[in-house]
Amino acid sequence: MAVDYATLKKGGWMRQKQKDRFALRIHVVGGTLTAEQLIGIQNVADRFGHGYVHLTARQSLEIPWMKLEDIEEIKKELAKYGVSPSVCGPRVRTTTACQGSTTCPSACIDTQDLAKKIDRRYFARELPGKFKFGCTGCRNNCLKTEENDIGIKGAERVEWSENACIACGVCVKACREGAITLKDGMITIDRDRCSYCGRCAKSCPVGAYTEHPGYLVSFGGLFGNHIHRGKQIVPFFESEETLFRICDTAVDFFDQNAKAGDRLQFAIDRYGQERFDDLIRRAFSEDR
Amino acid sequence: MAEQSEYKIDETVDITGVVCPVTFVKTKVALEELDEGQILAVHMNDGEPVQNVPRSVKDEGHKILKLIGNEDGTWDLIVRKAGA
Repeated sequence: MAVDYATLKKGGWMRQKQKDRFALRIHVVGGTLTAEQLIGIQNVADRFGHGYVHLTARQSLEIPWMKLEDIEEIKKELAKYGVSPSVCGPRVRTTTACQGSTTCPSACIDTQDLAKKIDRRYFARELPGKFKFGCTGCRNNCLKTEENDIGIKGAERVEWSENACIACGVCVKACREGAITLKDGMITIDRDRCSYCGRCAKSCPVGAYTEHPGYLVSFGGLFGNHIHRGKQIVPFFESEETLFRICDTAVDFFDQNAKAGDRLQFAIDRYGQERFDDLIRRAFSEDR
Repeated sequence: MAEQSEYKIDETVDITGVVCPVTFVKTKVALEELDEGQILAVHMNDGEPVQNVPRSVKDEGHKILKLIGNEDGTWDLIVRKAGA
């Protein structure tokens, strides 16, 4: 039978060196799989593969040694456990994310929820080249957002209130930027130094800080044959609507301006970084 | 500024000789040996311990009263033990 490798690849079947053998890439969102899904994956690795799986660099999972003739049966078995194949090739890929604010004491945002929203909106969208989203909950950057075509980093704006403050001085030391001073029981925040990390608020023993979570977004990151650090174009902001508007703008730009096999930064370089920055800034300012 | 009650230190633990995560473990053990409402002074180094230990203590539910800077660059975190 004639093998349509393009179709196979779209469905996350990665050709191995060995003839007619494929590694099946699993659709994972934000690096989270349920115990139920793991059972389905285990069944397929045992029955159709060599009894092992491989964890990819971007939080997906691949089951190697799949045979072409078993594809339908494999998909059926996985579907029983809520597992589906991922994608490769020129389209929107796996959205990566840290554990986020549900469990992590450092996170400013719910990255798991955000990854699901990104996945629903963009996953597998056909584009001229591959396109990667990554989300991390805070400045610690566990998920290395600047490696992604669009990287979203949780952050927060803080407001100090005199009423609750006991002037203990913990926030002054918690701040890594030296942005906080305590004098005569009053806190002053140097907004030019503030990195929006939220460590002051999270360490405050009495809740004297109000936290306003938001995003720092980088564009054009890649970490393969070419290495480029994603660039932050607009300042910290709090609206999820704005976030998706600027993401839409960047993805649409890539769709319209990229050549086959491009990454976002290659398209930006040809178009002009300044012009691209303007596009993003304009989209950012629409609701201001 | 909110009212801050006076306190009397019941116990002191020195965590200057250890590094993360033992800094937090030693603090936690010292707190466990106290009764509810008693006051612990945690003696710690500048840098990573003073940036992180106060928050860990807070996340455990204890009450931080004060962070005092010493002349030698070390810090004393004053904590009131919370109930179980």
